[in-house]
Amino acid sequence: MSLPDPELDLSPAPSDEVRQTTCYMCACRCGINVHLKDGEVAYIEGNRDHPVNRGVLCAKGAAGIMQHTSPARLRAPLRRVGPRGAAEFEEISWEEAFETALSWLRPLRDAAPDKLAFFTGRDQSQSFTSLWAQGFGTPNYAAHGGFCSVNMAAAGIYTMGGAFWEFGSPDWEKTQLFLLFGVAEDHDSNPIKMGMSRLKARGVKTIAVNPIRTGYNAVADEWVGVTPGTDGLLVLSLVHCLLEAGKIDLDYLARWTNAPVLIDGDPKSATHGLALRDDEGRQLVIDRRTGKPAPYDAPGVRPDLSGKIRRAGVTHRAAFQLIAERYLSSDYAPETVAPELGIDAGRIRRIAAEIAAAAFDRAVTIDQPWTDFRGERHETMTGRPVAMHAMRGISAHSNGFQTARAIHLLQILIGSVETPGGMRFKPPYPKPATAHPKPHAGCRPGQPLDGPHLGFVQGPEDLLIDGAGRARRIDKAFTWDAPLSAHGLMHMVIANAHAGDPYRIDTLMLYMANMAWNSSMNTGATMEMLTDTDEDGAYRIPHIIVADSYSSEMVAFADLVFPDTTYLERHDCISLLDRPISEPDAAADAIRWPVVEPERAGHAGVRGFQSVLIELANRLELPGFVEDGSAKYENYADYIANHERRPGVGPLAGWRVGERGQTPGRGAPNAAQIDSYIKNGGFFQAHVPEEARYFKPWNAAYQDWAVSMGFYDTPQPYLFQLWCEPLRRFQMAAEGRAAPPPPERLREEVKLVFDPLPIWYPPLSDGLADPVEYPLHALTQRPMAMYHSWGSQNAWLRQIHGVNPLFVPTKVWQAHGFAEGDWARLSSATGEIVVPVAHMAALNENTVWTWNAIGKRKGAWALKDGAPEAKKGFLLNHLIPELLPERGDGYRWSNSDPITGQAAWFDLRVRIEKVKNPGEAFPVTPPQASPVGRGPGVLRRATAAKRKSEAGAGPDGAVGTGPSPGTSAGTSAGTSTEPATDAPQAEGGGIAGMLRRVGAAWRGAGRPRATPAQDAAAPAPRAPEAPIPRGPDAQTATEEDRET
Amino acid sequence: MTQLPPQSGEGAAVKLGLVIDLDTCVGCHACVIACKGWNTENYGAPLAETDPYGAAPEGAFLNRVHSYEITPEDAPARIVHFPKSCLHCEDAPCVTVCPTGASYKRAEDGIVLVNESDCIGCGLCAWACPYGAREQDPSEKVMKKCTLCVDRIYNESLPEEDRTPACVRTCPAGARHFGDLGDPDSDVSQLVAARGGYDLMPELGTRPVNKYLPPRPKDDEIDVLAPLLEPVAQEPRGFLGWLDRALERL
Repeated sequence: MSLPDPELDLSPAPSDEVRQTTCYMCACRCGINVHLKDGEVAYIEGNRDHPVNRGVLCAKGAAGIMQHTSPARLRAPLRRVGPRGAAEFEEISWEEAFETALSWLRPLRDAAPDKLAFFTGRDQSQSFTSLWAQGFGTPNYAAHGGFCSVNMAAAGIYTMGGAFWEFGSPDWEKTQLFLLFGVAEDHDSNPIKMGMSRLKARGVKTIAVNPIRTGYNAVADEWVGVTPGTDGLLVLSLVHCLLEAGKIDLDYLARWTNAPVLIDGDPKSATHGLALRDDEGRQLVIDRRTGKPAPYDAPGVRPDLSGKIRRAGVTHRAAFQLIAERYLSSDYAPETVAPELGIDAGRIRRIAAEIAAAAFDRAVTIDQPWTDFRGERHETMTGRPVAMHAMRGISAHSNGFQTARAIHLLQILIGSVETPGGMRFKPPYPKPATAHPKPHAGCRPGQPLDGPHLGFVQGPEDLLIDGAGRARRIDKAFTWDAPLSAHGLMHMVIANAHAGDPYRIDTLMLYMANMAWNSSMNTGATMEMLTDTDEDGAYRIPHIIVADSYSSEMVAFADLVFPDTTYLERHDCISLLDRPISEPDAAADAIRWPVVEPERAGHAGVRGFQSVLIELANRLELPGFVEDGSAKYENYADYIANHERRPGVGPLAGWRVGERGQTPGRGAPNAAQIDSYIKNGGFFQAHVPEEARYFKPWNAAYQDWAVSMGFYDTPQPYLFQLWCEPLRRFQMAAEGRAAPPPPERLREEVKLVFDPLPIWYPPLSDGLADPVEYPLHALTQRPMAMYHSWGSQNAWLRQIHGVNPLFVPTKVWQAHGFAEGDWARLSSATGEIVVPVAHMAALNENTVWTWNAIGKRKGAWALKDGAPEAKKGFLLNHLIPELLPERGDGYRWSNSDPITGQAAWFDLRVRIEKVKNPGEAFPVTPPQASPVGRGPGVLRRATAAKRKSEAGAGPDGAVGTGPSPGTSAGTSAGTSTEPATDAPQAEGGGIAGMLRRVGAAWRGAGRPRATPAQDAAAPAPRAPEAPIPRGPDAQTATEEDRET
Repeated sequence: MTQLPPQSGEGAAVKLGLVIDLDTCVGCHACVIACKGWNTENYGAPLAETDPYGAAPEGAFLNRVHSYEITPEDAPARIVHFPKSCLHCEDAPCVTVCPTGASYKRAEDGIVLVNESDCIGCGLCAWACPYGAREQDPSEKVMKKCTLCVDRIYNESLPEEDRTPACVRTCPAGARHFGDLGDPDSDVSQLVAARGGYDLMPELGTRPVNKYLPPRPKDDEIDVLAPLLEPVAQEPRGFLGWLDRALERL
């Protein structure tokens, strides 16, 4: 048969309008083009001009349309009518919602503001929500950083005034070697993919250190599958090798770090371990020109790394000598550490050699003169082109802070931070710990808090404890249990509030945080704490307010729910005051704006929670929001444009009003500022001057530019802190040399872990869970196509990741005689779960893992009860205690890093046993009701415009009614389900043979075996099955078909 | 049965297709969802889902990513991500098997398409495709497949730089390339030549237009040129001596 080709419309209009805003399908904040047809969202793609994603967009971002139209969207304020946890609600009006909240909040503010605990999850408005909490007067505020990556942020800022992700980026264009430590899809996802692609195009090698070889680790040139929690030891062994070979950048260390600063080396001295200072408090170095001590920042000084001086009977030595002594020790030799790491010593030495070769044989020099903070002019910029990046695989361990510091030590020793080819800071970073505020908890009835909640302590005197050593915050942040908890400890709030330790609270207000499920350790007990009552039958936590966009597991435990908008319906600012979208060469911030109006027909509707907070603030007359009895801001958009944090510095840096027209950075508020952002694609960039692009902490041109932009009010040059004095001050208190001292139970631990130089110690729970009884490590990773709990309501994404088996390495798989389809009981020292298993060979041999947050409670997220997420999906959280077992001293220790309080998710040790298939994952949580009904049975996602054009074209003959061939082509090609890994290797070795095997397996397997990155449905074409009628029974996204 | 256009044999002028880099693909599924989004709203009937929030959600995808684990004898196990969509074969068995002429290969650029108004949903083409690249829409009962975004690549209402398939435009890892594989001088042909791009299952004689670039050598397959480091000193005192000499040279 030969027919003329049909006429095709090759130029259909993709939309009648494109509106540009910021994605919120994860935390990366990419720019998106939202295509609209008749005001309805038709298609979402990346914004090519945007500094974060430059046009690309991940699966989550492209699936935003399905989140925006999710059946789990809340529709009206809700008031609880059943028992807590059941999710039985009545819809109420907004006025009732406000008055209910105020009836709880007003008495607290008047009498005891600290009885409100306000914690936010993946909140991108922290500079605003914290201002609200400060105005309310409660010290009990933080966002989710304490259970996410505070180890990474705090270690970076204390060591070098910046960290990975938010604060820094590899120099993708110039690096010659890239090392990734513990990175899955945690953060910065599109930039890492784009960057790794550029490295591959240039033939630059990537070495990935991770127990699991998926994602970035799968495409890396070399995989180092270390034992979980041992990364720090690997890094310090690399430091050992580089020092031993003299492959370090002495000039960089002398000029830009505190390696030459003189440290009191006399154990008998009262200032042992602190820097020698002059009368003005300036740290001293030996000047090689004179051999005499001089302030580190004196003009022309040549700091001496081998400096030494004896003063008043005390010998002070350059910190570098302490570094050399520490790491040259055979304790860190590859041969010593290799057994712990699970990799061989020769490989460590070889990686060290590769680092040295890239750093010193392929150094990068740019012809760009610049002047440093001491006034010295340099004609060029030379860098060591080794870039590193690390994330939660490092930080989610109880040794994560010191491990992150170890990585920074390695970077700095070879001179690869803020130099060409290394790691670069993103404005407003660099900014040292000393330029950040200290934490505050001064709480008085009816008054605002005495300062910002969170900050960077410099010593024990900055802790937030009372005279008896009791915590002043409900999460016990900034106490001896977690002195440097710069992001708070959100994961401890429910447990502490339930226990009334350090005190009882009245109202828990949570925003965007699924604390009754995947964001809490010990999930089952957490749900019990939320529903537990006193003897009088009243809830232990009297009031719970939850703000969320969707019907999550946490919503079920609310007494009052404020329904938030979707990300396409709201105003936001991605601000330089908290977590902006800057790149190393530009300061940048961005907005969200309602590209579609929130409509929930037939319901009271939803409001952006920031605007709800402003309404509450106005009614409570909170300082900062109400002045002289009148409200300063009508809503969040008004706040974004008109709030000034300091004179001339507001939430957005673009298009402010200067003396001569519009100006970036500092300037008066501009009523049309948001319109300017919208015209510019939703973001603003101010480029860093050429001369200021590297050596930023010490570069006079950068410091001046930063002041002009309002990042700080005077230049803030500083030295990288290899020797970390704040840690030493805590250690001194434990040694009895400084006050206040730690409680006796913590004394020895503080002495050990608060080492002013990076150290490695085994994850703390190793001492509690017997490694023989619990021989395996258990981890989670976030899949690239899902973001925490949000993705399962997304009809497209859940077809990719609808289940999460426990992936088991070959040795364990074989030892237990597992086969495909089997189930296992996984036990930790504190709990057990029963889950489906799958085999994975590309995995550390003592590690099991699963995808994070796929498991769901029945009834949540508008899913039907048979959804695999609720039947087979599971959480490891049940195995992870928020408190470690008692050690015989009557005290239960937080399962956290002892320095920062970061949740130690990845310390988990387990044992595994094969069990019969129970049909459903254990534990089974009783279902929650769904206040939004359940999703429709069929979804034809298309705009009205598309359906109209379809109807006009006439789908004549498009529905086949003919007999079905009965089987799919995939099946007809063979029903083998042999996994690719078991295919014979006879087709030849190497890559070519391997790919033939891939092809053969594909051809043979109608349904290729799901491997970690691939839980998607079958590739096989679908044979027609029982016909599904079109017409009235087929539902569309806009039609209601809710089971209630 | 349906005939292929005469130009689709040897010497055809334009052969539009994809080049997919298996070395760079991180398996993120961005291409899968960008494709789903564009094709839900554009060419043909919308891609619908049955049971979208229930036990067995099922919808047609024109592009999927599969992941395979490879366990070499002498190197660590590894994962290769394998994006799969229609390969727009020159000898396309899915076209010749079509009883209604609904499946066809365009003469001018070699794109294989389904004219949905002539498709009776019999599924023969899906049987015939050895790659499993066609999926019947579970609610519309018409055959769905990659169109190479024929409604984007010539689309005059899009900016010129966006006239590329949705999967290529969105790929964060730069693992997907689009162009004329009939032109030996095109960027994609040059890339295939440089990287040893290959046909999938060439023994089947389908002559796919799309090409795959193999993963580069990894782990122990790499020759490491860097020599091991020579110590400057065997103990701390010696190191400080070296340090003094080195500082003098600065």
